[in-house]
Amino acid sequence: MLATRIRMIVPMAVIACAVFAAPSLAGPTLDGVRAKGHVQCGVSQGLPGFSNPNDKGAWSGIDVDVCRAIAAAVLGDAKKVKFTPLSAKQRFTVLQSGEIDVLSRNTTWTLTRDSALGLNFAGVVYYDGQGFMVRKNLGVKSARELDGATVCINAGTTTELNAADYFRTHRMRYTPVTFEKTDEVVAAYDAGRCDVYTTDQSGIYAQRIRLKNPDAHVVLPEIISKEPLGPVVRQGDDEWFNIVRWSLFAMINAEELGVTSANVATLANSTRSPQIRRFLGVEGKMGAHLKLDAAWAARIVGQVGNYGEVFDRNLGLATTLKIARGINRLWSKGGLMYAPPIR
Amino acid sequence: MRAYWYQRRIRGLAWQALAIGGALSLGVYLITNLIGNLEHQGIASGFGFLDTSAGFGITMSLIEYSEQSSYARAFVVGLLNTILVSVLGVACATVLGFALGLGRLSSNWLVARLAQVYVETIRNIPLLLQIFFWYFLALNMLPGPRQSHALGEMIFLNNRGLYMPGLVFEPAGAWAVAGFAVWLIVFLAVRRAARTSRGLSLVLWAAGAALAFSLVVGIPTSATVPELRGFNFQGGWVLIPELVALLAALSIYTAAFIAEIVRAGIEAVPRGQVEAARALGLDWRDILRRIVIPQALRVIIPPLTNQFLNLTKNSSLAAAIAYPDLVSVFAGTVLNQTGQAVEVIAVTMAVYLLLSLTISALMNVYHWRLVRRGG
Repeated sequence: MLATRIRMIVPMAVIACAVFAAPSLAGPTLDGVRAKGHVQCGVSQGLPGFSNPNDKGAWSGIDVDVCRAIAAAVLGDAKKVKFTPLSAKQRFTVLQSGEIDVLSRNTTWTLTRDSALGLNFAGVVYYDGQGFMVRKNLGVKSARELDGATVCINAGTTTELNAADYFRTHRMRYTPVTFEKTDEVVAAYDAGRCDVYTTDQSGIYAQRIRLKNPDAHVVLPEIISKEPLGPVVRQGDDEWFNIVRWSLFAMINAEELGVTSANVATLANSTRSPQIRRFLGVEGKMGAHLKLDAAWAARIVGQVGNYGEVFDRNLGLATTLKIARGINRLWSKGGLMYAPPIR
Repeated sequence: MRAYWYQRRIRGLAWQALAIGGALSLGVYLITNLIGNLEHQGIASGFGFLDTSAGFGITMSLIEYSEQSSYARAFVVGLLNTILVSVLGVACATVLGFALGLGRLSSNWLVARLAQVYVETIRNIPLLLQIFFWYFLALNMLPGPRQSHALGEMIFLNNRGLYMPGLVFEPAGAWAVAGFAVWLIVFLAVRRAARTSRGLSLVLWAAGAALAFSLVVGIPTSATVPELRGFNFQGGWVLIPELVALLAALSIYTAAFIAEIVRAGIEAVPRGQVEAARALGLDWRDILRRIVIPQALRVIIPPLTNQFLNLTKNSSLAAAIAYPDLVSVFAGTVLNQTGQAVEVIAVTMAVYLLLSLTISALMNVYHWRLVRRGG
């Protein structure tokens, strides 16, 4: 009963807000964040590498670091973030209702979400794609052999729709088993309820390490969808939208410019590159255009790191996830990570 | 005018009109405000989304459903699944609850203690935990599809469910079944009224025989047998573990409360009644059936209605274990894919309200008849 109530509370809260709020709701999020002194950040309920709490309750992950970057830029301290763990089902409603300032929760950018939900995607943190995991002893080598399979899926995700599309396209039959929480999806797959577990491929690698015997499972080679994951804000507050978007761009630009958390403090004096000097706020008024101070980007790199550092720390080969940079390399190195210039 | 105001009835009406007017205008204000805010935030609104194709699959459906079906159809699928588990749950919980309630009053020490331990254990553990317990117990105890327990050649049990041979109803077959059900209801109603003339009775029997004949011989149906193909059994009817676990948890949990209600109802019957019946030489079976239960039912029915309502509403916990009920399918997946929280939640709440009011009404009619009969 409690769980039902909690599940119902979120949409109800939105309805209550929408019903009772004064007609002009789109208040400047930036002022709100400065007034309360922290960024309220919506994250997952635990996805290693993206947003995951440790045994002391401290959050880490690439999605978490996006929120920390925003806090560093706006409030001067990357630690001034409070996290709201959200299920896939709750996430948009909670953002729409104003309970959080930014949603950074491995969320796929789609047309419907960007338009009909009253939300805006600020950019892409991680280019993902949906994959499949099966037990090795089934002897399946390709997703095309999955006709008749039972598939464990998380409710209310693009995954649910992509799986339906994929099986329809290839004239294969399947039985979806749809859970609300990721923990139950993984537990049911582990208990043998399904032949297949499907989600974004990064998520599959992250969840595989939680199975009873990770080595008994194999990730199939097919990627069946485009899943650009990124932070989301409410539509209609362009000032805040710009800050979130450029906090992310600052991390990507920093990697391209060779600005790292190690050299950012000394670089201002040593470099003659006007690009880097603008980035660090020594030249130009980039911060002021965003209604921030001059050192906003320097603080992001100093306190959180550039995109490459953040990737390596949370997802890279040195972590338990061991995900290669792949298409998430910089554009200059053959990947898709490309940020507009800071000038 | 003043004279009217001093009349109590008129004054009462005036206040009521004022209260209703106030509530209505508040409602109108809130709804216009809501629509304005949704527009302002750029969130789509309205019920137009119900026509568009859903695009997601559902594990279990009592009616034809595919990914191309509309959101409206997905809603009906969820609603029927909710009704299915609620009806089955109410039936199982009532039978089990009555047995336990009688058990608690048994003169047999062991039976009474066992019933007491059951009640005290089950009603003090949160329902959600019990649902998880039964679900993951079933999944972990049962073998995979390729090592299924087989009962003969036709029935198979594994962690994907219980597979049985099934009948495939062609549209004509569905009509025959519906016709037969209608006939059965009419027949029972007429018999109950007990005013049947010879002629009418003959007509009814003839109609029933014709329908039964069309069911059996008309062959509007064909049978399918489950068969292991590829990953799993295909064909036949399947009872999915989610339904079984949810049904077990709801029935077992609610039965503990019903047992206490039954016990209270029976203990509310004055001892003198039982003693008088015994003095008349009735055996315990007749005492229970003719003396105790009819009087106890009058006390039992109202709180029993509460338990039926609770069970129906608790069935919404289904989403936790992937049983595709209304909350899981409609207030879950549909809400998330369309983002139209206000409409979806409003409809869901209205449906639960309607279900609850229906159950209440039926139980009240039953209670009223019971009281009127003076049982």
